[in-house]
Amino acid sequence: MRGQARKESLSDSRDLDGSYDQLTGNPPRPTKKALKQRFLKLLPCCGPQALPSVSENSVEDEFELSTVCHRPEGLDQLQEQTKFTRKELQVLYRGFKNECPSGIVNEENFKQIYSQFFPQGDSSTYATFLFNAFDTNHDGSVSFEDFVAGLSVILRGTIDDRLNWAFNLYDLNKDGFITKEEMLDIMKSIYDMMGKYTYPALREEAPREHVESFFQKMDRNKDGVVTIEEFIESCQKDENIMRSMQLFDNVI
Amino acid sequence: MAAGVAAWLPFARAAAIGWMPVANCPMPLAPADKNKRQDELIILNVSGRRFQTWRTTLERYPDTLLGSTEKEFFFNEDTKEYFFDRDPEVFRCVLNFYRTGKLHYPRYECISAYDDELAFYGILPEIIGDCCYEEYKDRKRENAERLMDDNDSENNQESLPSLSFRQTMWRAFENPHTSTLALVFYYVTGFFIAVSVITNVVETVPCGTVPGNKELPCGERYAVAFFCLDTACVMIFTVEYLLRLFAAPSRYRFIRSVMSIIDVVAIMPYYIGLVMTNNEDVSGAFVTLRVFRVFRIFKFSRHSQGLRILGYTLKSCASELGFLLFSLTMAIIIFATVMFYAEKGSSASKFTSIPASFWYTIVTMTTLGYGDMVPKTIAGKIFGSICSLSGVLVIALPVPVIVSNFSRIYHQNQRADKRRAQKKARLARIRVAKTGSSNAYLHSKRNGLLNEALELTGSPEDEHLTKTTSLIESQHHHLLHCLEKTTGLSYLVDDPLLSVRTSTIKNHEFIDEQMFEQNCMESSMQNYPSTRSPSLSSHPGLTTSCCSRRSKKTTHLPNSNLPATRLRSMQELSTIHIQGSEQPSLTTSRSSLNLKADDGLRPNCKGSQITTAIISIPTPPALTPEGESRPPPSSPGSTTNIPPIGSNIVKVSAL
Repeated sequence: MRGQARKESLSDSRDLDGSYDQLTGNPPRPTKKALKQRFLKLLPCCGPQALPSVSENSVEDEFELSTVCHRPEGLDQLQEQTKFTRKELQVLYRGFKNECPSGIVNEENFKQIYSQFFPQGDSSTYATFLFNAFDTNHDGSVSFEDFVAGLSVILRGTIDDRLNWAFNLYDLNKDGFITKEEMLDIMKSIYDMMGKYTYPALREEAPREHVESFFQKMDRNKDGVVTIEEFIESCQKDENIMRSMQLFDNVI
Repeated sequence: MAAGVAAWLPFARAAAIGWMPVANCPMPLAPADKNKRQDELIILNVSGRRFQTWRTTLERYPDTLLGSTEKEFFFNEDTKEYFFDRDPEVFRCVLNFYRTGKLHYPRYECISAYDDELAFYGILPEIIGDCCYEEYKDRKRENAERLMDDNDSENNQESLPSLSFRQTMWRAFENPHTSTLALVFYYVTGFFIAVSVITNVVETVPCGTVPGNKELPCGERYAVAFFCLDTACVMIFTVEYLLRLFAAPSRYRFIRSVMSIIDVVAIMPYYIGLVMTNNEDVSGAFVTLRVFRVFRIFKFSRHSQGLRILGYTLKSCASELGFLLFSLTMAIIIFATVMFYAEKGSSASKFTSIPASFWYTIVTMTTLGYGDMVPKTIAGKIFGSICSLSGVLVIALPVPVIVSNFSRIYHQNQRADKRRAQKKARLARIRVAKTGSSNAYLHSKRNGLLNEALELTGSPEDEHLTKTTSLIESQHHHLLHCLEKTTGLSYLVDDPLLSVRTSTIKNHEFIDEQMFEQNCMESSMQNYPSTRSPSLSSHPGLTTSCCSRRSKKTTHLPNSNLPATRLRSMQELSTIHIQGSEQPSLTTSRSSLNLKADDGLRPNCKGSQITTAIISIPTPPALTPEGESRPPPSSPGSTTNIPPIGSNIVKVSAL
């Protein structure tokens, strides 16, 4: 990762004329945040990796680096709210704070952290979906409470809780239904993480076929959408899924 | 995967929940966490400064010393901490690397010390963070240059006796200071280069007139003289070139090198002129060729370091020069075009075409301003002034870059020269230290033998000779001593102070041991002359081999006829250990040892006899070595001390 960072340079004219985004390789959406980040990239003090988290809530001036520092609630409250022990919370917080000293994770950071686990493929889309799933109050940032709450459900929750969380992840617009398009997006993002060099080679229609088979399994009343009840019911009937849900018991 | 996010691995694994429901196949089993022990604090004691960190922090990088089980070697059971006897300052950086995932290079740290520490902890320097990487690389490059310079000058100073004639010649050419002949050659060629250049110049000076009121250049007036001078110079240059070609280690590379091309270009016109006739057509071309004679002045660059640096600078600034040239060309074309069209209207304008305006633009941009072409229209004047202003800017821009490059290279060279000068002093210091330590070894050895002898004789008055040495020193000396024993040679140093006076040593037993030792050492010397070996083999019962000797420790032949040389040589050996030796080093060949023994012997044979009871190799005197009449060994006598023969020689002997 760091080798790659070194190869990126300010003299890359593609970066300067904005035709592609250094992180994802896609053309960037010209949001205000992106414009500010691009400007900051030109400044010699900011490397492409060390961008500070720019919270949309901060009212600072354009050119000041964000100084928002979010502190989580006390350890006791977190202990009550989640199912982690004190020690586990301590370990989690240390890791969290190490990577995000300001106390909150924004989407860019999140994507970057997640991409370090998948060096070959492009995990940014899936990371975005994850981010939206963790960011329960939809404020554009994941604080430690959000982080720990999500982890608590996945790692310490009941099977139903976990299935619920997964449904929430799939339901991109949070309307309670998973449509085929949403599922296709999810599927494509998962396949993207594998990267180009796979065996057998990735076929164009593989995600679509996978979505079809998923819907065949899950969609009981064949109305083209999957509701939460259909989802949980179908998953409970599937042995593989039940067994794989139990994998998460021993992650921490 | 950067280990800084290793702490986030549980999160990544948890995020896999999104894949589970869509997976068609069952998931593989998760790896069992066998050592699921709670994270604990471990203490790292580095030279007294205690650092504490979590065990998992260190385990982020399992291929380093601290992250692997290698650190268990440093675990101190008593204090339950890991103790490292290293620099705590650098350790701070190393530990920060584990904590943050970024390795920094502190500017105040010496580059080789830092590299050593990194190598110790098993961390590759390549992962130094971007913030410090450039600095690290710069310092490393400087260090490498310094080492290369040292190596180069070392190689230059080694007097390899096995250099062939060709190699010596090449070295003489490249480095004129190696020998006087090279220096002479260097100055002679320099002189002739100067002569040649001056003749070229003076040739064209008009001196005197010929009837007809025509000015003659000196070259034509004294044609013969100049021709002779030219011939002489070209002779010298040709000889030099051929010699260099012969001596060059890689002829092909030499031919392609710049200096050799200059050499060739410098002498070619003369030969071409010899070959060519006085034909009118070709003589014009020939005149052009004579211009190349001026290249001889470049031969001076072998004689001047400054010129070489200048050339090297220009070469290294090639890109800047290219940029300068390119921007100048652009500006010239632009302004020439503008001036041409601006002056097109004016009558009798000198700006007849755009290329004609080039001359004006160049002269104006370089602020020469000859005045042979001037704009007359107002527009022309305006653009002309803009042209001259911009010219100043365009030329001034790349010049500082070139200057700074030159300065850097020049200073580097100066530093290299300074290092070479300091190196001599440094080497001298190292030599002194080395001889000091070997002196110390020999000193302690003599004292050690002496002490042993003295202890046994119990003479108290000489106890003050004992010198206390540290444990490390004594172990080192023991090591050197073992080496001596193994090879049968011994270290030697001229040190007349080390003559030792001892009282008569009467202790039988001790001397037995002594002689045993020395004989063992001697016997392991392989380079016995061939004449001896029959003698040795002819007495198998009393061979010189160590083991058999030892087994026959009790054989005493008190009245045996000891071979004079052998005895003497043994004695020489023993004495050499004890005395300050005026004799040549023992490490030379055995034959010289024989000689030495012989030399030492002749005075001895008149004196009292020294025998040892144990060493009884009755080599018949007839078999004693080549060509020298040996005095027959005298009958064994009593133990005595031989009076010093010209020097302080003490022979340790025994009955």
